Amino acid sequence: MLVHRDLHRAKQVARHWTAAGCPVVLHVDSNVSDASFDTFRNAFADDPLVRFCARHRCEWGTWGIVAASQSASELLLGEFPDVHHVYMASGSCLPLRPVQELIDYLAARPRTDFIESVTIADVPWTVGGLDIERFTLRFPFSWKRNRRLFDRYVRLQRRLRVRRRIPDGLVPHLGSQWWCLTRQTLSAILQDPLRPRYDRFFRRVWIPDESYYQTLARRYSSDIQSRSLTLSKFDHQGKPHVFYDDHLQLLRRSDCFVARKIWPRADRLYRTFLSDKAGKMKQAEPMPGRIDRVFAKAAERRTWGRAGLYMHSRMPRPGREHGVTAAPYSVFQGFADLFTDFEPWLAKVTGAQVHGHLYAPAGAEFAGRQRHFKGSLSADRAQRDYAPQSFLTNLIWNTRGERQCFQFGPADNQAVAGLMRRDQNAQISIISGAWAVPLFRSNRNFADLRREAARLQKIESLFIADLRAVESKAKVRIWTLAEFIESPMEHLQQITEEIGTRDKNRVKEAPTMSDLTGFAQFLQNLKNQGMQPYLMGDFAADAAPLNRAEPPRKPFLVR
Amino acid sequence: MLRAVWKSRELQSVRNRTARIKPNDVLLFCTARNEQIRLPYFLNYYRDMGVDHFIFVDNASDDGTDIYLADQEDVSLWRTDGSYRAATYGVDWLNGLLRRYGHGHWTLVVDPDEFLVYPFCDTRPVRALTDWLDESGIRSFSAMLLDMYPKGPLNTQTYTAGCDPFESACWFDSGNYTLKKNPIYGNLWIQGGPRSRVFFADRPEQAPALNKIPLVKWNWRYTYVSSTHALLPRGLNQVYEDWGGEKASGVLMHAKFLDMFQQKATEELHRRQHFAGSAEYLAYADPETAQPDLWCEWSEKYKNWHQLDELGLMSKGNWT
Repeated sequence: MLVHRDLHRAKQVARHWTAAGCPVVLHVDSNVSDASFDTFRNAFADDPLVRFCARHRCEWGTWGIVAASQSASELLLGEFPDVHHVYMASGSCLPLRPVQELIDYLAARPRTDFIESVTIADVPWTVGGLDIERFTLRFPFSWKRNRRLFDRYVRLQRRLRVRRRIPDGLVPHLGSQWWCLTRQTLSAILQDPLRPRYDRFFRRVWIPDESYYQTLARRYSSDIQSRSLTLSKFDHQGKPHVFYDDHLQLLRRSDCFVARKIWPRADRLYRTFLSDKAGKMKQAEPMPGRIDRVFAKAAERRTWGRAGLYMHSRMPRPGREHGVTAAPYSVFQGFADLFTDFEPWLAKVTGAQVHGHLYAPAGAEFAGRQRHFKGSLSADRAQRDYAPQSFLTNLIWNTRGERQCFQFGPADNQAVAGLMRRDQNAQISIISGAWAVPLFRSNRNFADLRREAARLQKIESLFIADLRAVESKAKVRIWTLAEFIESPMEHLQQITEEIGTRDKNRVKEAPTMSDLTGFAQFLQNLKNQGMQPYLMGDFAADAAPLNRAEPPRKPFLVR
Repeated sequence: MLRAVWKSRELQSVRNRTARIKPNDVLLFCTARNEQIRLPYFLNYYRDMGVDHFIFVDNASDDGTDIYLADQEDVSLWRTDGSYRAATYGVDWLNGLLRRYGHGHWTLVVDPDEFLVYPFCDTRPVRALTDWLDESGIRSFSAMLLDMYPKGPLNTQTYTAGCDPFESACWFDSGNYTLKKNPIYGNLWIQGGPRSRVFFADRPEQAPALNKIPLVKWNWRYTYVSSTHALLPRGLNQVYEDWGGEKASGVLMHAKFLDMFQQKATEELHRRQHFAGSAEYLAYADPETAQPDLWCEWSEKYKNWHQLDELGLMSKGNWT
């Protein structure tokens, strides 16, 4: 057992092992003060199964840890000739099952070495980009204390193409340092006549404790089970996960023999597992898979995050959002202009949440025209326009699990357009030029109408051009007004299917379309006033009004 | 930092028990003014969390706050009659004390109405969090200020000392916050919530900042710049992930809106000791909003930290 701090916990665990009849050799880091060491050693004075080996300095990633385990192993094998398996543990390891179960488990597999040992090529978890270079470069500088020097020296060696030769007969393998080896294999490693050569090589290898035994065991073992009996999980930085009191059930269900690291103040875990004589677990194989899932989720949260969430510890720069918004949503431009009851109709057919113009100049028109919406979003214009993009990302985040639809148009605040354009969750359907319908039906002076029409057309054509640009990620459908009214049901069917209709039947009812009698003439009037409405497509002009007695003159033809 | 040294001359030690601070203790720093009624619950809340020692600055209280604090065995108390505003809203005083006593400790800087919630706070003491932050090489931990409010006008329920203020003020806004990056200090600037929605409906740009970095592994070189919104050196403000992932973070539940609020607002308005000419307090004292009901039909009721994590107001990050 390698110990470097929280000696009181190490003491508890060592006692637990010896109480079950397992001899323990303790290696105490030479960094521990002599006074603490003496107290620690004296605490075991009455225990015949405890020995202390020569002390080394165990700095992470260096040879010291291997040297410590060698000293401890030699002492253990020498002093206790009955031992048939040797289990490598640390001071923050905690046995989860009664020791007797482990003894029985190993006794039933007397020839098996439990050591995770994987060839370099197959290891996905090397942190820092060093894999085979762990063996072929030299690492005289501490990664923890002299990171800059460490990195520079690695770069220098790469540039100079320095390569160390791996001793013949060794195939580098990596794996967890918490192994359990048979006496035969372990003594073969320690008593190998070539050991001085191997040791010399591994002394300069990066993190040798993860490769020394893992590589050498391959030379001597007849039966390697490439897995560790110690449950030990690493996060995305290569740092071991820590277990706390609230992991009790999770650890119990894992059926693993030993787990690390345990938070030294996790009183409940120590109390429970060190007194669990009854054997709460079934005689089962260790199942670390359940815990794996929990930790995999944590790693994903840290590296990928929740799409569409912007908060005080997740503020992705543009392009790194992993999803601009949280869920798909639909934007309708022109539909509410063409159909008088489009909102209620869509809500009825799809069952989705259908809002009015969320970016209307007077304020957001939430479904049911509420003053607030989910997440206490305010319909207030000033509130929305202070951060129009957050308004949308917030709305979509707040309503996860419920499809949102809203109306949009050239009269609305366009500040959100850029966000929708680069959002693959945006499903935008546009009937271009439909904004002319309300103008046509309004009772305003024609000069105003003409000006407004020109303004809206300019904004909409810009929006459409943006959506059609190559970088646009939104799903976009655009019809001209003329095109759409030719077969409105077919197009509506297509859209509602994408959202998902309430029942799988075809949409039977159609929304009510505004009466467009005279609309072509209205467009003609705009043209006659010198404005060119083109977004609505070609409307067959009604016969020109016969308000003059004489027959119309022959029109000029432009060829 | 010079300001902190200079301003800490205004502080007068009332009860100094800092000799009892042990090497790895978690320390809490706080400025208080007439907060006697809040303190019993406040102290117990943080004691239960595992805070080992409290360092208070009492800014000329006349309600017995100082006497109460001086009696507490785990409190060291300083007193000043100086101007809160001239001390950069109290931060200069605390910077001075942090420099002197905070070095090498995890330090929590909060107001008497701010209650830290972090992932797993119901099962793990704050030492579990700080140990994990240490192991991960993280020096500062962010917590957004979350304004809590009751349903109905603020004066309908009376708060009594020692009670959980969130029994009545248990509502919050879950998803109307806006974030911006502050290019000067690299911190985020968060606004929104009920204060913006009700008091600053037509001028949200003036709404108070909600971003806070209250938990820091202190070094004498560090300093808070404005309240606990930002620190120097700038690297400490990098509490957010900008490559898509989520860092671990918490929430500071804000028990500002209790029945004492109106009285406090009027008092603060007269003292004119707050940020931007007390614009915030002017808004609170506005007769139109004199008895504000911050509640709306979409207000969320507080359950536990899991709920805040689920709503995206805080994050477990990769802590499990």
